[in-house]
Amino acid sequence: MSLKRLVPLAIVLALIVVFGVGLTLKPGEIPSPLIGKPAPAFELPVLGQPDQLITLEAVTQQVSLLNVWGSWCIACRVEHPLLMELAAAGTVPIYGLNWKDEPGAALRWLQRHGDPYVASGQDLAGNVAIDYGVYGAPETFLIDKAGVIRHKHIGPLTEDVLKETLLPMIRELQAAS
Amino acid sequence: MKRLLIIVLLAVPMAWAQEGLDAEQTQRFQNLIEELRCLVCQNQSIAESNAGLATDLRAQVTEQIRAGKSDAEIKAYLQARYGDFVLYNPPLTAKTAVLWVGPFVLVLAVLVAVILRLRRKPDDTAEVAVDRAALNKMLDDA
Repeated sequence: MSLKRLVPLAIVLALIVVFGVGLTLKPGEIPSPLIGKPAPAFELPVLGQPDQLITLEAVTQQVSLLNVWGSWCIACRVEHPLLMELAAAGTVPIYGLNWKDEPGAALRWLQRHGDPYVASGQDLAGNVAIDYGVYGAPETFLIDKAGVIRHKHIGPLTEDVLKETLLPMIRELQAAS
Repeated sequence: MKRLLIIVLLAVPMAWAQEGLDAEQTQRFQNLIEELRCLVCQNQSIAESNAGLATDLRAQVTEQIRAGKSDAEIKAYLQARYGDFVLYNPPLTAKTAVLWVGPFVLVLAVLVAVILRLRRKPDDTAEVAVDRAALNKMLDDA
């Protein structure tokens, strides 16, 4: 068999490799340009206590997670038990960004599923979410004490993501500060 | 008649009415939202999409046009938050170089291959000796 006849086979094999790699990519996850940049400042009414305000300064008292959620968000319920566990363990304070939600519905949601948040800010218009480049809930930001966004997880948190990515980063940041 | 009306209505490109913008600003708004990608439904612009985020982003664009921001400033604003991905017309950077140069490289490679192939001396068209006398005889006989 001449080498020339192997050309189509080589092309097919190359395509299989390209498509194989393509299957492992996640085009739904758009890399955020905000990683390593200062977290955008905000000032939002606290969910449940709308006469009080929560600001970025409150979040950056410690290494914290900022979790974007909504009572309308089905995927948020998937990660919710993990957030509850994390809050109970007291590893890291979790703040909520209640994105385009109706406060009554949000409070009922927290009552039914539990409230892992130190506090949640009501982002009724979704402007803070835009500042954070949020395009779908849930999203979780890891913010250090200097107010720098260290990591962003898109989609529901999983045990693997926590153990392999977030918790090691959190520990490192906590040790550094 | 009814069907025709539906077809006509479907064919009309979607236009989002914006309050408080003059004609020129509305035109800028239309151009901008067609160049910005909806991040939830990634193959639509925010002009085409009805997703909640697209609505919010259109509101942002309107607000910023009204505040006197230039097109470049508005694009930079969204780019800082959502990355190059939000632009349907991404800037030429090291990361996007393949997107911009790739097609031309491919066309050039094909052109070079074709030219090389055409210039190669074809070996199966070598002159064949023709016995003209015999040929003519055959034609005469026919």
